[in-house]
Parts: sequence; structure tokens; C-alpha cells
Amino acid sequence: MSEQIRTHAIDMSSVIRNKGTQDESNETCLKVENLNLFYGEKQALHGINMEMPKKKVTAFIGPSGCGKSTLLRCINRMNDLVDSARIEGKILLDGENIYDKSVNVAALRRRVGMVFQKPNPFPKSIFENVAYGLRIQGINDKQVLEETVENSLRGAALWDEMKDRLNDNALGMSGGQQQRLVIARAIAIEPEVLLLDEPASALDPISTLKIEELINELKEKYTIVIVTHNMQQAARVSDYTAFMYMGDLIEMGTTSELFTNPVKKQTEDYITGRYG
Amino acid sequence: MDNTKIGHHISERFNNELEDIRNKVLIMGGLVERQIELAIEAYTTGNIELAELVIKQDNDVDALESAIDHECTQILALRQPTAFDLRLLITVIKIIHEIERVGDKAEKIAELAIKLNDSDSRISPYELEHMAVLVKGMLHDSLDAFARMSVDTVATITALDINVDREYDSILRQLITKMMEDPRNITRTLDVLWTVRALERIGDHACYICEHLVFMIKGEDVRHLTQEELEKRVNI
Repeated sequence: MSEQIRTHAIDMSSVIRNKGTQDESNETCLKVENLNLFYGEKQALHGINMEMPKKKVTAFIGPSGCGKSTLLRCINRMNDLVDSARIEGKILLDGENIYDKSVNVAALRRRVGMVFQKPNPFPKSIFENVAYGLRIQGINDKQVLEETVENSLRGAALWDEMKDRLNDNALGMSGGQQQRLVIARAIAIEPEVLLLDEPASALDPISTLKIEELINELKEKYTIVIVTHNMQQAARVSDYTAFMYMGDLIEMGTTSELFTNPVKKQTEDYITGRYG
Repeated sequence: MDNTKIGHHISERFNNELEDIRNKVLIMGGLVERQIELAIEAYTTGNIELAELVIKQDNDVDALESAIDHECTQILALRQPTAFDLRLLITVIKIIHEIERVGDKAEKIAELAIKLNDSDSRISPYELEHMAVLVKGMLHDSLDAFARMSVDTVATITALDINVDREYDSILRQLITKMMEDPRNITRTLDVLWTVRALERIGDHACYICEHLVFMIKGEDVRHLTQEELEKRVNI
């Protein structure tokens, strides 16, 4: 190739490559291995196997009762609190089985934070809500607390709105603000994983968009797993999507593939709103 | 007709909307097929009235294109379709563009039919008609594949384009000879060449429709591939 031609031959590969394309080198954060869960006699999860990559958003979708919340709750052992629940199989967090006997559940939950459908702030000030996790760890240094509260509120995109109201009661905030406050509280103790169970289903569309935007920012630091009934939301916020049905994992793939060209007919029927 | 791919939504209205779009595409396709037929007849028989009709029909084709485009945009905005539904709409938007271009080619042939009327530089109608039958068949089959939502005939249709190109080259050689024989023929012969060229392009558009169809049904982008590669990908 002559020099002149070479200078004209512009390399377009970086332009053509889709921004949303997943990079190949995904480190696994969570690995579910052959997980079965029973509520009494009834089996709620059937031999689930999946991997959730580090610092990515993985969404679980599926009809009500398909087991997606149950699976999410397994990741920080919330199901331990349900007497009738019995679990077989493994969930590996950074290669360690969280169901191992040696695992301290409180320590696990510090690493795996959770946010629920309904915001549940404590009836305390905004500051104390965010500082709560640190206080129960015995951290009372004023400067550390102030820094953490500010960083967490900034992380949850709430600082600018709330910086002059830190001593107000958190229950006076709007639903959307409360939900972001709860996220701030969850990230104050710097977990590795954030579990979000329908985090926006009780919010108006604008608050929902703010939460979605926040999820996008949070994934730079945390591995996020989200359960949502809103498929468009899953499509917007997640990198990977898992479709579950009646306790089985039907299909898991990159969100862009799953929503444009799913492999399984059951997935196709569900996401296109057909009856199977 | 198997339309299970379109139907079975929980929302009956959504089924109807998609069915309506499919029907409109087929009507548009039928209109354009007819346009080609009439344009060729006008060209070979020198029937100016017929040629004018073809030119007028192009307005209907354009109007249908706009209407279908609008409906697709509405569904994309209001229903946020996914998977096959999404690919169907994207494909329809592309296919109707191809069909509209075919309509333009038919219009072009009709215009040339008027221009070349009474001229003895028309090439033998037999050769032109033969090529027209070929490309019309390709277009018909590609629209038929769309109607059936099946890719089983796609590779056969695109393979025919090689024959079309061969005929085009052969007619082109004849026309060049004619121009070399007497330079006074050049202007008119060029007009004949545009006619043949229009037919050749219709074959190309039929192939593009087939390629879009593969994306719709299999979710695979098979544009810009050789015939062998395409056959391989379609048959997987």
C-alpha cells in the first residue's frame, strides 16, 4: 500500500463498533451453581446455573411467581429468615460459597447490599439514615461519618437536593427521594454487590428515570442485580438479562441479544407479550 | 396463510396493527408488480396511455410508503416492541423503501417508453421481456416469502440475480455495438440502456428484500455477503 493510499485508508473499526457492545473480558462476581430452593414441599427454584459478571447490571425478568425475587434473596441469604426454606447448591461470591458453614451472614450482607420495592427509611434524620450502617459497625468519628454521608448521597444523586436538609426527618422526603436515600444507605458501607428488588415500581416516571440513571452510574463501582417487572426498564438499565419461568432459568444472555433475538420461544413469547 | 408469527399477542389490537401493516406492504408490493408489468407492456407496444398510468400510479405507491412508515413509527413509540416484533417493524421500514424504489424504476421505464415511442432503436422486445419476466418473478417471490414469513426460497431468489446480471451484460454489449456502428444512435441507445438498467436494478432490490427478510426471521445480518456465504447462513 502506498503512503498516500495508507493515509486515506481511515480505520473505522472504532466508529463502527457499537457502544453498547459488551467487552469480552468479564470477570465473574457471582456464580450460581445448581441451586434448588424449596419452601416446605414446594420447589421454587429448579437447578439454577448462572454467572453474573463484575461491575455489570444483571436483570431478572419473568412473570409473577417465577422465582426471580427468591433467587435474588438467595444472594444475601435473606431466605435464611424464612423457616420453611431449604436450599441446595452453591452461590459463589468471588469464588467463595456464601452457603458455606464458616460464612458470617452479617459480614456477607455488608458485602451484598439490598434495596426493596418500597423505600424503608428509618424514622431518623437523613444524615442518621445514611450513617446508620457505619454506626452499628462502631464508627463514630464525626469527620469519617460526614465524609461518608456526603459521598454516599452524592453517589445516590441526592446530595444537591438534600445537603441543606440533612437533619430533616427522612420520612418527609418524596418516595423517589426516599428510594435514593435507601440506596445511599446501602452504598455507605461500600458493598461489592447491590441487589435491587423492583426498586422503581412504586415510583413516578421521572423518579424512575433518576433511579435508572443512578444504576448506570453505580455499576462503575458495584455489581448490580435487579429484579423488575418492567421489561423496558430491564432493557434500558441492564447489561445481561435472565428470563425465568416457574422456577427455571429459561434463558440468559446479553440484554441486547435477548431483547432483539432471543433463542428460546418461551422468552420470545414473554417479551413480545404473547401467550405461549 | 401462516400468520402465527404476527398473531397471539395478549393485546388483540397489537395483532391487528401488525396484520394491517403486513397487508399494506403486500398491497404496495402488488401495486408495484403491476406497475412493472404495465411499464414493460407500454414499452414494447408503444402504448403511451398505459405509460402515463404507470407514472400516475407512482403517487399511490409513495402514499402507501408514507402511511406504512407512519404506522411503524407509531408502534415503535407506543408499544416498544421487542424480538421478532421489533425485527418485523425494522424490516418493514426497509422493505417498503426497496419496493418504493422498484416503483420508481417502473416509472422510469414508463417515461422512457413515452420518449422512445416510434423510435426504431428499441431493442428486440423479446430480450427485454425475458429480463422483465425474470426480475418480476424475483420480486414476486421475495414478496411471497415476506407474506409467508419464510426464508426457504431466499437463496434461490438471490441466485437468480446472477442470470439477470448476465442478461444485462449481453444486452449492454449489443447496445455498445449499435453505438459504435453509428454515433447518431448514441442518445437513443442510451435511453434504451437506462431501461435495461432499471430492470437490472429491480432484480437487485428483490435481493435486498430477501436479505432484510433473513434479518426479520433469523435475526441475522446477511447483507454484503457472497451468494455462497448467504446460502450457508440461511440454511443454518
